Amino acid sequence: MGRESVLARVRQALGRRPEPAPVPPPLATSLSTPKSDSAPQVLAELFAKNLESLAGKCVAVKEISQVAPLVASLLAGKTGVASNAAFLGECGITGLPNVQSGFTDREALRAACATADAGITSADYALADTGTLVMLSSQEEARLISLLPPSHIAVFPRARLLSGLDELLEKLPLPADQSSAMVLITGPSRTADIEQILVRGVHGPGEVQAIIVG
Amino acid sequence: MSGRGRVSLFVTCVVDQLFPSAGLAMADVLEGLGYDVAFPPQQTCCGQPAFNSGYPNQAREVALQFLEVFRAAGHDADHIVVPSGSCTAMISHHFADLNLNPPRVWEFSQFLLEVARVEDVGARFDGVVTFHDSCHALRELHIKQGPRRLLGKVRGLTLKEMSIPEECCGFGGMFSVKFPEISQGMTRTKIASIVETGASAVVALDASCLMQLQGALRRDGHSVRTMHLAEVLASR
Amino acid sequence: METNIQQTVADPKLQLAIYTATGRLKDKRSESVGPDALPQYQELRNRANLLKRHAIENLDLYLEQFAANVEAHGGKVIFCDDGTQVADFVLGLAKERGARLIVKSKSMTTEEIDLNERLEHHQLESVETDLGEYILQLAHERPYHIVAPALHKTRYDVADIFTRRLGVEREEAIEKQTMLARRVLREKFLSADIGITGANFLVADSGAVVVVENEGNARLSMSVPKIHIVIAGIEKVIPRAQDLAVFLKLLARSATGQPLSVYTSFVSGPRRPGEIDGPDEFYVVLLDNGRTKLLADPEKRQSLFCIRCGACLNACPVYRKIGGHNYPWIYSGPIGAIITPQFHGFSEAGWLPFASSLCGACGEVCPVKIEIPKVLLALRREVNAAKPKSWEYRAFQVWAWVMRHPRGYQFLSRLAPRGAMQSLLPVRNVPPLAPKSFRQLWAEREKAKQARHGA
Repeated sequence: MGRESVLARVRQALGRRPEPAPVPPPLATSLSTPKSDSAPQVLAELFAKNLESLAGKCVAVKEISQVAPLVASLLAGKTGVASNAAFLGECGITGLPNVQSGFTDREALRAACATADAGITSADYALADTGTLVMLSSQEEARLISLLPPSHIAVFPRARLLSGLDELLEKLPLPADQSSAMVLITGPSRTADIEQILVRGVHGPGEVQAIIVG
Repeated sequence: MSGRGRVSLFVTCVVDQLFPSAGLAMADVLEGLGYDVAFPPQQTCCGQPAFNSGYPNQAREVALQFLEVFRAAGHDADHIVVPSGSCTAMISHHFADLNLNPPRVWEFSQFLLEVARVEDVGARFDGVVTFHDSCHALRELHIKQGPRRLLGKVRGLTLKEMSIPEECCGFGGMFSVKFPEISQGMTRTKIASIVETGASAVVALDASCLMQLQGALRRDGHSVRTMHLAEVLASR
Repeated sequence: METNIQQTVADPKLQLAIYTATGRLKDKRSESVGPDALPQYQELRNRANLLKRHAIENLDLYLEQFAANVEAHGGKVIFCDDGTQVADFVLGLAKERGARLIVKSKSMTTEEIDLNERLEHHQLESVETDLGEYILQLAHERPYHIVAPALHKTRYDVADIFTRRLGVEREEAIEKQTMLARRVLREKFLSADIGITGANFLVADSGAVVVVENEGNARLSMSVPKIHIVIAGIEKVIPRAQDLAVFLKLLARSATGQPLSVYTSFVSGPRRPGEIDGPDEFYVVLLDNGRTKLLADPEKRQSLFCIRCGACLNACPVYRKIGGHNYPWIYSGPIGAIITPQFHGFSEAGWLPFASSLCGACGEVCPVKIEIPKVLLALRREVNAAKPKSWEYRAFQVWAWVMRHPRGYQFLSRLAPRGAMQSLLPVRNVPPLAPKSFRQLWAEREKAKQARHGA
């Protein structure tokens, strides 16, 4: 590699024209999913339908005040780790008993997630046409909360719903600028490696529950 | 000169030597529609066996014979009709790979539907048949519904689809000689699906497929016949 | 090779396993790309082919762009000529960091270079974490299929393997077997020093790596240990993140019939300041291992477009008969048939391109429109050209002469034994010649016609 960079500088110094950057074929906007039905209510219903077809669950609530009691009933006395997403705080989830949150230390977070029954996060976006949660790693959202515990609860405002992948990539053409890790989560973890029989929750959460607010 | 003009037959070496009834049936149907049918006797083969086996020079030699024959005496000014999807595809799709410029050729069912513009040729065949989609006809010539429409107009005929109409019969030319266990395995899977339909005959556009299927059907003691589409359409 | 094929074809249980598993994947794919589910399917394929062609034809520039962007985000890129260099790098890093345990997610590229074997030689434990791959690692077998690696194993086989290798009580229920693997592997994830993954795509404009999976083991491998190493072939590069709009719509559908896999991860480096978790170190190992050889051939370099979906395997009647272990290399099915001879030469793999009926089902389902039958034919020509004195070559020369000389052909046609005569020949498997050839029957028919109309 050192050889390459020296040569590149040599070429430059001699005024050799550098290779022009290749021009990729233009983006095919004609192939994007049509966004005609992007009324938030329609998106929410579509999202729910698609997530449920994958054995995920989805509930829509109108008021923020409904969220905490709902999550409490979902937890039913089990333990949870909540992310530092501001929205979760607004919903009062961080105040629930049996829910730990506010982790900023990687090792402590990992230890908590390794034993918690549920991970509670928000979502940066949600994609209606596939029932997908989009999460970017940040100081608000850690990676492991939606991954280690056997159950994942994602609470997000309805306004974050997008029609699908096309719209997401239009909004975020360079996801790497935002975060070191973006993940698209489409339903519970699954495998069919043995006799093609479907089993959920092999490594990631076997239960995914979305709560759409607003 | 009859009503509809002249067609030249390229019968293919397989039909010539192994399934002549398909060629005769095709001629019958075409004459019945009012075409004058010519058979240029110097024809031999399109070169496909050599081409598919990876001998392009030999394939080209033989392809040249085809071109000479069908350019002589104004033959390629007629419609050239072929009772085989794979030979039609060889000529129309792969002569260019040999740097040769072929005349337009028509697979038989394509000719009936697109040139003669006829679906009902007045045929009668009592019984249940199933149809095998030969690979080259299906994937290179994009023939799927055409033969089914033609069969649909045959009086007394019931068409029953097998579960795997598009799966290869297992022939593949030299493949069946070089890898007989795989070839026979594929054929057996296919005939199980054919027999399951309860049809008395399996119909196809390609005689080489029919030959492959026939061998296995006979060996396993099944009574299902193999028939070229032309033979069904020539039935009265 | 031949006898194993015989065995596989003659084994009814294995035949059923292969046929039903591939049949299911084939049907699911077909449904998911049908005109109702994905009306733009053909256009997306065209676009995917265009993008891959562009990326491959500008691979040097995109690799440079990719590497620069990885480094801009705090990662490191290592170019490796072959598997030995990859192993050396991993071993060197492991030694420096005092690492003992590696967790690995499914990566055909690492299988290609026998990475686990190389690492085990040096007392590094490298655990496969994809369920199917984990089972096979315990059984010391290689994958049977690109997407469904253990499709040849029944639950009873798995019970045998787990009992023998893990010392647990025999368990035959699939769900329980899966949960057992989850428990065992969870401990590995939590104590591993290094996580190794493959990559489905390398995104040049982002310096990012895309990993697509259903289980979650790749996410765990890249998020729990402090070090994440990606090992990928150089051909995985795509120009832009936005191009994923095309590829992601095709990949999971082609592989398993899902609109999207459960997890699609897009990672571009170690964790950034403020991020709570994620690895401290991020390496992308870019492997050549002969890919530049394929790249040099303009007609056959499209073999590098492959996104490893496995659709061609599920469509191929030959694969569905002989299964994954009868192919000489890690890549099986039609894609294996075209790349193996190109990577490994003809003495080992020259027979592979001929083990096909050229039915074309593979090319029809390839999401990036690799013209697999065309490449098979090109390889056949090359194999033959390398042995011009073979008896087959001479036979075709004679055959061509006969076909070029109609008199010769007609002479032989008249001479050929037919009917009873033919059955006396000691040659088997020759189809029965018709009692009279078409040209003979035609001549008789024309004569009869003339006679009817008066000479």
